[in-house]
Amino acid sequence: MDAFYIILTASLFSISCGLLGSFLILRKMAMVGDAISHAVLPGIVIAFLMTGTRDSFDMIVGAAMLGVFTTFLIEFFHKRARLQTDAAIGVTFTWLFALGIILISLYAGQVDLDQECVLYGEIAYVPLDLWITQTGLIMGPKAIYVALFILLVNIGFLMIGYRNLYMTTFDPAFAASIGISVSLWNYLLMGAVSMTTVAAFDSVGAILVVALFVVPPATAYLLSHQLKTMMWLTVGFSIFISIVGYYLAVAIDGSIAGAIVTIAGILFAVVFLFAPGQGIFRSKTKQTQDATIEPNLFERENLT
Amino acid sequence: MEVLIEFFSFQDPNVVSVVVGAILLTASSAVVGTFTFLKKKALVGDAVAHAVLPGICLAFLLSGNKNPFFLIVGAFITGWISLVLVDTITARSKLKEDTAIALILSVFFGLGILMLTYIQHTGNAAQTGLQSFLFGKAAALVGQDLWVFGIVAVILIVTVVLFFKELTLIAFDEHFAHAIGLPVRGLNLLLTSLTVMAVVTGIQAVGVVLMAAMLITPAAAARFWTDDVRLMTFLAALMGAFSGLSGAFVSYTAPTMPTGPWIVMIISMIAIFSFFFAPARGIISNTVRQRNQQAQIMQENLLKELYRLGEKEENHFQERSVQELIEKRHFPKRPLKAALRQLKRRGYLTHHHGLWQLTQNGKAKGRRVVKLHRLWELYLSKYMKIEPDHVHEDAETIEHVITPELEAQLEALLDYPEVDPHDSKIPY
Repeated sequence: MDAFYIILTASLFSISCGLLGSFLILRKMAMVGDAISHAVLPGIVIAFLMTGTRDSFDMIVGAAMLGVFTTFLIEFFHKRARLQTDAAIGVTFTWLFALGIILISLYAGQVDLDQECVLYGEIAYVPLDLWITQTGLIMGPKAIYVALFILLVNIGFLMIGYRNLYMTTFDPAFAASIGISVSLWNYLLMGAVSMTTVAAFDSVGAILVVALFVVPPATAYLLSHQLKTMMWLTVGFSIFISIVGYYLAVAIDGSIAGAIVTIAGILFAVVFLFAPGQGIFRSKTKQTQDATIEPNLFERENLT
Repeated sequence: MEVLIEFFSFQDPNVVSVVVGAILLTASSAVVGTFTFLKKKALVGDAVAHAVLPGICLAFLLSGNKNPFFLIVGAFITGWISLVLVDTITARSKLKEDTAIALILSVFFGLGILMLTYIQHTGNAAQTGLQSFLFGKAAALVGQDLWVFGIVAVILIVTVVLFFKELTLIAFDEHFAHAIGLPVRGLNLLLTSLTVMAVVTGIQAVGVVLMAAMLITPAAAARFWTDDVRLMTFLAALMGAFSGLSGAFVSYTAPTMPTGPWIVMIISMIAIFSFFFAPARGIISNTVRQRNQQAQIMQENLLKELYRLGEKEENHFQERSVQELIEKRHFPKRPLKAALRQLKRRGYLTHHHGLWQLTQNGKAKGRRVVKLHRLWELYLSKYMKIEPDHVHEDAETIEHVITPELEAQLEALLDYPEVDPHDSKIPY
């Protein structure tokens, strides 16, 4: 039963991350996602110090705001100080992450977080933290409900915002011309990314959450020509890596999150090398063709 | 305070070695980072830094001890592989570079974590301390480690100094470097190797997680103070060294504190200070300059409109109220008042009983702006063949920019014309 709980939690979180990650990749913002996942750390610590627990709703909201603030800060350094984007990202997230680690070290006695937990989480403890109702009914691990809630919020957000996100991703100029606010949807997406990061933080840690955002959708991207196909494939891959990763970790007695990411990496490598239409072992002429049709790949999708 | 004196009196020989080590490591990565920054490849360093972890673990698994030489070799190999993979993925698939970096970074790190936890659970006694590669521990830098890492750092700095001109060239203009016969591929390879080496040594002080900051942040900060690459590299090294020194101090006084985050915090503070306060490029001086320019444009526009009103009513020295100006020319009220006060101070306007009047100087200046505006309109329609109803917007901007030399050339070129394309008289 413990194995089921852990795999279920991991799958739910990786689906959330993967769905949002699809948009991050297509918007060329994978590294911004990376930056956010590091930068929410001080938000988590501060919220923790203020509320004293780590599964509060305030904490998710607080850290989500910090994620949006990070996006704003990167833009600010880029636009106002005219710092090149890559450096703006690099400076911002390392600074905020360092701040988070320093806060953890300073309040080591009061914060039930340690540096290792921040890095790779502890999904193995998921089955231990049960949700017990006032009548004494055991409802199962809390983390599963958190993960489910986050997934539902994300699915709701993507269903409501699909059209606008789609437009602002593929043709921001056109989206702006028909009155869709590009920066509003950018910040909403970043808000969702931050919220998901914070929620998944306990289980997979700050850095491995990046892998869940990037690796399954990147693998799916290699295999698909339509956004919806890409997202469905991402869901499949997310579940697959959670299951196989868990058993790998059990087999060699290592970190579960680390194992899940390792499997995701192997899956990507296999697709990268052998996938039809993409694989490295395909002829080179085919690849140049791919490159030429690429800008139109997503255009034919029905937008309703 | 006592601790500070104790630390900086260098009586403890350990302090000397820790300080020397921390300064060398941070300064050498800052020097190398300057070039990755200039090549706009700053985040590649982040990928390398994370990818080093599985290499360290693998070296430990194979050798069974923490000999720094083995660890460096292991780290170097996986760091290198990660860079090659980022390039391959970008070149051979439709994934973009940022996705490739994030992907390689997180997968390698995940693999590293898996191996690290595996090593910890095997109960090998020698493994304690591998953890410190995550967040760095400058204070652990003594004895053999100091020698190995110190020598690598010195080699890095010397290599950069020797190849300074070539590295600068490929950072700014690869095509030119290629055209004059430099081995661009070889030099890129050199820079890649330098980056990997800088990461491998720097993690001793900062740790893999925050190593990217040691490559990016000093260079980004230094960029704000100078346009000279030499000076920039030197400043980056200096700032890096300062943060390294502070990190060593923290590591010495608070052994439970991870050093890396403090070093990064200090260098980040220096960088953010630079972003805001650096002369010429900083946000504050930028804002001030923009505001001055806007004020100048507003004042010139005001003089121009006063001149045109005078032209229409055939009395350039008509006294006007603020209200009248707003009604006739739609100026926003607050900037208008500020501009009026400024112009009075500079002797272009006089002010009596709430009414404003042009002085002789003010009239001349307003006339010049009107003249430039109309000359430019004429130039655009005559030489650029732009329709007369499309030239106004452009002239609105250029009238504030044209220098006296350009003015003379325009006059000569157009042969002192009488009227502009809208048949308004050009005043001289």
